[in-house]
Amino acid sequence: MFVRLVYESFRRQKRRKLLAGVAITLGVAVATAMIAVATDIGDKINRELRSYGANLLVTPQEDSLDVEIGGVNLKPPSDGAYLSEADLPKIRGTFWHHNIVGFSPMLPANAKLADGKDVTVLGTYFSKLLRFGKDDFQTGVRITHPWWKVQGEWPVDASEQVLIGERLAAKLNKKPGDGLEIAGRALTVSGIVSTGSAEDDEVVAPIAVAQQILGKPDAVRRVYVSALTKPEDALARRDPKTMNQEMFDRWYCSPYVQSIAFQLQEAISHSHAEQIRQVAQNEGTVLSRIKGLMLLITLAALFASALAVSAAMATAIFERRREVGLMKALGAGNAAVAAVFFAEATLLALFGGVIGFAGGAFLARLIGRSIFAAQISIQPVLFPVILALAVLVTFAGSAAAIRRAVRFDPVFALRGDA
Amino acid sequence: MSSRPSQLAPEITQVAAKRAQAPHQSMFLRMLLRAAVLRRGRAASALLAMVVAAAVATAMMNLYVDVQAKLRSEFRNYGANIVIAGKDGASLPANALATVESALGEKSVAVPFAYVVARTADGQSVVVAGTDFSRVQKLNRWWSVSQWPSGTGQALVGARAATAISHSNKPFSISFQGKTIQVTPAGTLSTGAAEDSRVYLDMADFVAWTGIQPSTIEVAASGKAEEVDAALKRLGEAIPEAEVRPVRQIVEGEARVLNKTRATLLAAAVLIVLTAALCVLATLIGWVFDRRRDFAIMKALGASEKLVNGFFAAEAAALGVAGALIGYLIGIGVAAWIGRVNFHAPVVPRLSVLPWVIAGSVLVALISAVVPIGLLRRVQPAMILRGE
Repeated sequence: MFVRLVYESFRRQKRRKLLAGVAITLGVAVATAMIAVATDIGDKINRELRSYGANLLVTPQEDSLDVEIGGVNLKPPSDGAYLSEADLPKIRGTFWHHNIVGFSPMLPANAKLADGKDVTVLGTYFSKLLRFGKDDFQTGVRITHPWWKVQGEWPVDASEQVLIGERLAAKLNKKPGDGLEIAGRALTVSGIVSTGSAEDDEVVAPIAVAQQILGKPDAVRRVYVSALTKPEDALARRDPKTMNQEMFDRWYCSPYVQSIAFQLQEAISHSHAEQIRQVAQNEGTVLSRIKGLMLLITLAALFASALAVSAAMATAIFERRREVGLMKALGAGNAAVAAVFFAEATLLALFGGVIGFAGGAFLARLIGRSIFAAQISIQPVLFPVILALAVLVTFAGSAAAIRRAVRFDPVFALRGDA
Repeated sequence: MSSRPSQLAPEITQVAAKRAQAPHQSMFLRMLLRAAVLRRGRAASALLAMVVAAAVATAMMNLYVDVQAKLRSEFRNYGANIVIAGKDGASLPANALATVESALGEKSVAVPFAYVVARTADGQSVVVAGTDFSRVQKLNRWWSVSQWPSGTGQALVGARAATAISHSNKPFSISFQGKTIQVTPAGTLSTGAAEDSRVYLDMADFVAWTGIQPSTIEVAASGKAEEVDAALKRLGEAIPEAEVRPVRQIVEGEARVLNKTRATLLAAAVLIVLTAALCVLATLIGWVFDRRRDFAIMKALGASEKLVNGFFAAEAAALGVAGALIGYLIGIGVAAWIGRVNFHAPVVPRLSVLPWVIAGSVLVALISAVVPIGLLRRVQPAMILRGE
């Protein structure tokens, strides 16, 4: 009889069930999509923040002071120490190598043009294929310096092709495809680079070219590393030397910018790694702000969809006082009546939950693809959580209405004096 | 009401018409009010749905507008987005800073910098910069400084420069073109970039020592991308002898992150508002549909189609307006709370949102009234009253 009651109620009152079901489905869909987006947005924005460029700088430990004004290096090239280029692939072997988006070595060299004018040749990787163990990866300025704009072609790393800064190009009247003689070497200009800083007056070349001009094979002046980091907290700021073993392990295994710097120092011999505070400090705040914003909006969305579902359920039950009256007149107890309604609510919540979850997953994917051009992953654990949430909210929404419906005198209900 | 006896004298017809009209007006209001009072429970649950939807819509619209401004001010912490430099390293004119400040709004920060390469007592080269410390504090918040200099002759020494030239914070001397000054380190500066190798002096000390005027002004221009572009243009016109360029790294990074955040926020807002509206629609349709007996009684008593439609429409509109107003207030509160918790500054309530919220609420309410009435119109009142 119980099953039949519930079944017939669904069969005969399709419209009412549909309306309540639609409300639940929509509520669940929005909740699913928002939770998925909110849990993933940190990672997505973190990657977008990498467009600010490298957040870590590795320099030789025993280096003399930089003599640099406005990005132009005034230090004699013979001065100071160098890092070894052969050490660089080891960056890929550090604990947090998955978080390292890319790195670019830099080696400035002073040289003379064919007409005797001085020019700075900046050696770097453009998009070089490196290998660490069995792991092949590409890295260079195209990843770490995304604001560099090239008109023409990017040079190939193992070649005699170079980029020429836009102001220097205007001075020398060069365009892509022209030849350029530097320090007695015939190079080809493959493109004109615009960066908005010192490189606009320089020649950017594959690192081997700069090393040969300097006469220092394997030398690298500094390495820019772009890494995905976790916003700084109290633990991150502590000095690792003052930590006990357990705390140190926790610090070492968190992707703080400080611990990644520590690991870079371990990987590259005689090096000093430092966070570039302008980038590293600010991305923490921006990231936590955006994450916090999405979290709060998700909370508000969850609350709103819970209320909307509750309101829909309350109205749906309110409409059925006469049914309650009839059931009670036929001798049904309060518990039996409530059980019928709760069973119906559960069924609705489950149906709505499953369809809503699928819809929400689809929405989240759509948002991920259209905004971030990346997949927003939905944790499978979300499914039971969402279903439980849907049932809970539907119950909560129905409870007050069911209680009032059950308490109502059947005589009045049947006479229609609602 | 429709079939009035035509043989009556015209004056009687007029009186009858007046009478028919007078109670008619108050009856309409009375029906609206009584429906709300007597069916409190149902009216309340419909209103609740409306309020929730309106509150969510208000909060999302307010946030969408305000969060961008809030985030933009966060992005200003990245420092300068415009650099003004003398052409080929030349000094800027003496009044450059005043010109820049008058060309920019109040919210923007401009900081002058002058640089020389000096020698320490043991012959090391070191870059010495002159600047305005109180302005730098505002511009470059990421500078980690142990103690800002406060008096003349005090310097801010970069972390690497400190280990190389000033052991244990002792005063040291630096010379430039034969002129030597004694400098007391007030604190150390750590940035992880070129600043670590420099010594910063107050601009007045620097000019008195070297006689060199600032060659660079770094500007953090606030506002939207278009406003920054406009500022760039204004600055270029104000100081034609200097080179004014955007810091591409900062400008493009900000644009990218802001665009993505805005798009996500918009998607979330649309999704949430749409859902809320649809849920209200579902609730209200059920509510109106359930009142088919009222509808049938009104028709059975001879109410015209227009009157019945008008009644339900007025009811829906009243519900929409009431829901929108309450929802607006709650929504402002929610937005302000989110602003306070997340940005430590409340989101300013925007009145411009209110008409949109009211229009949207009334529209949703009207749609949810029109759909069931359209269905009911085809049904004979007698059928409904008999309960079929």
